[in-house]
Amino acid sequence: MSDDHVYMTLAEGHDDDTRWAYGTGFEDPLHGVDTGVPEGVDVRELAHVCVALADDALVSAQRLAEWTTRAPELEEEVALANIGLDLLGQARLLYSRAGQVDGTGRDEDAYAYFRDTDDFRNVRLAELPNGDFAFSVVRLLVLSSWRLAHFERLVDHPDPVLAAIAAKGVKELTYHRQYAADWSVRLGDGTEESHRRMRKALEQVGPYFGELFTAYDVRDEVVDVVRQVTEAAGLPMPVYRPLPGAGRAGNHTEHLAPLLAELQSVARAHPEATW
Amino acid sequence: MTGTDDRGAARGNKGDWPLYEVFVRGKRGLNHVHVGSLHAADDRMALTHARDLYTRRNEGVSLWVVRSEHIAASTRDEKDPFFEPSADKVYRHPTFYDIPDDVPHI
Repeated sequence: MSDDHVYMTLAEGHDDDTRWAYGTGFEDPLHGVDTGVPEGVDVRELAHVCVALADDALVSAQRLAEWTTRAPELEEEVALANIGLDLLGQARLLYSRAGQVDGTGRDEDAYAYFRDTDDFRNVRLAELPNGDFAFSVVRLLVLSSWRLAHFERLVDHPDPVLAAIAAKGVKELTYHRQYAADWSVRLGDGTEESHRRMRKALEQVGPYFGELFTAYDVRDEVVDVVRQVTEAAGLPMPVYRPLPGAGRAGNHTEHLAPLLAELQSVARAHPEATW
Repeated sequence: MTGTDDRGAARGNKGDWPLYEVFVRGKRGLNHVHVGSLHAADDRMALTHARDLYTRRNEGVSLWVVRSEHIAASTRDEKDPFFEPSADKVYRHPTFYDIPDDVPHI
């Protein structure tokens, strides 16, 4: 402590922040991070990883945003939108990084708005329609557990930018997973109707569950998390029934194209617009 | 779940979630300040809702939530006997001291 005065100590780190309610003191997650690519990092592979993780986040964010005005409670609507905005923030940073390293110099908008369905590399679970609240909760539980396990590993990635993005994301994803776990237990251990819907949601997730574990070795960890939650909720584990193809290879369901059409419509109608 | 008050959840219908009051501590060393209220089925949900509704713009480092019905409040009728007597007693205020420049939040 630099100062012995008790009041100065209390106010430490907030010298110029006398307001409390207006959201001052935001931090740039990439502040001070060197944006050069270290020797030995495969830039093609790095760009692929960034785009795939960004696509997962962008598509998930769009689905979560669709809950706005439709969620069962105003408070839940804000919660879901918040989670979507966290993911959108991750997508923006990851797209920007991909554009820096893949040699094309594309900006985040080029990736989000000016690629077609076949170019997207998100897992198919992210693009499925929202269904009911139970399905959205189960999907969020699976995807956030999976993404968190990834990001915890990426914190040690040799690329300092990807590592910094992952470090920021870990805190966000921990909350997303907690939110989904809370609701999974609440609904699974709730009424007969909520339990039935959660069971159905887990069945619907089943075919898309295995696809998550092709590229990275986080399967045991994610299965363990989902098992803990489903056990606490009195629900069965999702049954793994593999579907042919993979979103990471550009194979998508019929649901992605309409999602992107809506997401991209304004940017494509006004390609020179700025916002 | 620990910390869960089942009464609200047991009522079932979403419109029946009880009201909670939310208090946010803006930063270390300051008091929790009342910022508003929300509906939630239990204490845990009230905390997560409070986090999403009241701290998403970097407002807080700590949250309290309490069921509104657990707050005892003074009434309008009591306004005069409660507060009027304090209006004319300047000697109760420590206004005759010089406050050092480096003492914040006073």
